[in-house]
Amino acid sequence: MSVDPTLNGSSTNGSSTNGSSTNGLSTEGSGTEGSGTASKSAAAIDRAKAQGRAALICYIPAGYPDVQTTIDAGIALARNGADLIEIGIPYSDPVMDGAVIQAATTEAIANGFRVSSIFDIVAGITAATDAAVLVMTYWNPVLRLGVDEFSRRLAAAGGAGLITPDLIPEEASQWLEASQKYGLDRVFLVAPSSTPERLARTVEASRGFVYAVSIMGVTGTRTAVSSTAESLVVNTRAAGAARVCVGLGVSNAEQVREIAGYADGVIVGTALVAALRDGGVPALAELTTDLSSGLRPAGTEAH
Amino acid sequence: MATTPAASPQDHPADAFLSGATSPAGGTSTNPSAGSVTGAGSFRHAAGPYFGSYGGRWMPESLIAALDELEETFEKAKVDPEFLAQIADLNKNYSGRPSLLTEAKRFSAHAGGARIFLKREDLNHTGSHKINNVLGQALLAKRMGKTRVIAETGAGQHGVASATAAALLGLECVVYMGAEDCRRQALNVARMQLLGATVVPVTNGSQTLKDAINEALRDWVANVDSTHYLLGTAAGAHPFPAMVRFFHEVIGEEARGQILEQTGRLPDAVCACIGGGSNAIGIFHGFLDDASVRLYGFEAGGDGVETGRHAATITLGRPGVLHGARSYLMQDEDGQTVESHSISAGLDYPGVGPEHAYLADIGRVSYEPITDAEAMEAFQLLCRTEGIIPAIESAHALAGAIKVGQRLTADQADPAETIIVVNLSGRGDKDVETAAAWFDLIDAETAAEAVAEAVIRAADTAADAASNSAPNAAEANQWNGK
Ligand SMILES: Cc1ncc(COP(=O)(O)O)c(C=O)c1O
Repeated sequence: MSVDPTLNGSSTNGSSTNGSSTNGLSTEGSGTEGSGTASKSAAAIDRAKAQGRAALICYIPAGYPDVQTTIDAGIALARNGADLIEIGIPYSDPVMDGAVIQAATTEAIANGFRVSSIFDIVAGITAATDAAVLVMTYWNPVLRLGVDEFSRRLAAAGGAGLITPDLIPEEASQWLEASQKYGLDRVFLVAPSSTPERLARTVEASRGFVYAVSIMGVTGTRTAVSSTAESLVVNTRAAGAARVCVGLGVSNAEQVREIAGYADGVIVGTALVAALRDGGVPALAELTTDLSSGLRPAGTEAH
Repeated sequence: MATTPAASPQDHPADAFLSGATSPAGGTSTNPSAGSVTGAGSFRHAAGPYFGSYGGRWMPESLIAALDELEETFEKAKVDPEFLAQIADLNKNYSGRPSLLTEAKRFSAHAGGARIFLKREDLNHTGSHKINNVLGQALLAKRMGKTRVIAETGAGQHGVASATAAALLGLECVVYMGAEDCRRQALNVARMQLLGATVVPVTNGSQTLKDAINEALRDWVANVDSTHYLLGTAAGAHPFPAMVRFFHEVIGEEARGQILEQTGRLPDAVCACIGGGSNAIGIFHGFLDDASVRLYGFEAGGDGVETGRHAATITLGRPGVLHGARSYLMQDEDGQTVESHSISAGLDYPGVGPEHAYLADIGRVSYEPITDAEAMEAFQLLCRTEGIIPAIESAHALAGAIKVGQRLTADQADPAETIIVVNLSGRGDKDVETAAAWFDLIDAETAAEAVAEAVIRAADTAADAASNSAPNAAEANQWNGK
């Protein structure tokens, strides 16, 4: 069950000094909130929660095959059940991605994708939908543009924040500062290998939600959701997280249903990219509708 | 993990140091076990994770636990007399250390008459300095209870060294190698297979070294419980840069002792080539605190730095993060890694180890590019004047030494007063085909065909000899997402 208030409260956030524990729309951790802007990601997850379900978080790469398609695809995701949208910046060295996403991002770069178009994409989607739009990016493109400049433009485009697969809180001081300044969410990852101390540190640094990787591995579809995912969610909550979403390897409604049973959100990537690759935006929309059917615990389907 | 960089690049402590001040504000020293000059104020034994503002851990969270485990194991091992004795024994009785320091008396005439001494890492078992690092890391892998090692390789030297260490210590070994490099270095693929390793051609991205590293990292994320990633250079996330340097420090320690013994004094300059920077940091380390010794790192200038086809990372790159560390990086305006180019596969990498980035910023080491043509000229010179065929990587250091020798002797009455040590990081057996084609001794296609035939024969032999290589290959392909 994803909405048990005793698990989602901030009872372990004993060090909270800014009152964030009374407000569901604030940071994951306790000590780092400063901006008055509420978390867009947290709000989107809480809207789903209020409907008695987990949130659906859908990933597509930017510029695949072109910028306009990404905007159209993002809007289609939102209209067919995605609560949060994750737009990936194609990068030359994507070490956390498997073959399908690598192929798509390599093609996007070959088609001339430029990092600055990410802001047009985010603005295009946020103008047309209510979904929270996050950017998933390896860190070097952000560093190259400048962490502050990137954050400023993302916020101006209506973006919710960043998911950062190769950035750990220890290296994130510039990002902590910029995200604070512009009111952006900091979605760090936790893994089955994370120690309790690291979970606590990562939860503390996060804002919006914490991304729990379901398995030790890279993106790609898996036939079964590993049992480590559920215990990771439990441990991450125990470390103080108010919202934990699970990703890596999720590809169908059945897996979505399983994860929605214990997490606050379910993240799908590779399967959507394959659908976009094989059948364009219509196929993407169809799969999203199907995936969203798994969000309610079995027996509570509603329309 | 420490959080505060030791010194800002703007301080240029080396300037003060080189002009006679006593206290360089370099990396901190924490290693009590080795070296002659340690303690505060030393450039030696910098422990990481940061070298100035470089280094760190820009890595997926999934791998942090493994990096912590490695760091802990390494920190214990490097002060454990038993471990140090194991390393010393393998260095002596397996690799053949100490490697010689050979004066290149006829080559010297081309370097302005300066006396040139070659640190003969080419004479090590497997033919390069790479063996120093792989033996150390393979021992650490065993200490951690890992049964499998993975490695990336460009030219195949590190892959061959890794396969060798794995065979010696009974570890399973999988080597990731760009498909393009597999083709260019077919004989080394066969060597690795003969040693019982599985070679996985990497077909994504630019199909070269950086993509092989990406693929090895993906493997590591998925198999970290059983697997150690045996990174081949002094780059990557902490603790790799400081750890790989530690295993190569023996080069500089030996060289310093040998040059003192042979000439009675310290050299004026030490030259090394820079791929990721492991052979260079290993030899530099012995001389970092000797203010009178100038240190030079030579990067691959490819077709010339003005052509854009090169691997001169420090010369032309800008700071960024790649493969786990902040350092100089060849990147475009968007932060995408730019492909590097060099005739030398071992230098063909768009990044560089973070300690070099720091040493460049503070001015303790000078980094300069050497073009393919300059390197090949030096390659031929060494063959003909000394009877030594160098690795093309090492030929970059030789070409640099020619320039440095000419510069340092320019206004000297007796050029033989100038002494230069060159790290001859490897031998050129692997490069005979490339060199023969460069000098038009054989036409490239005939050579490629001959090699392909040899490889097919070698691979057949390997397949017969190692009955377990087939399942490994199938598994490797699966990890590779094929
Ligand atoms: C003989 C030789 N020298 C130098 C290098 C460059 O590596 P590094 O800069 O780490 O010493 C290589 C890499 O393959 C090599 O094989």
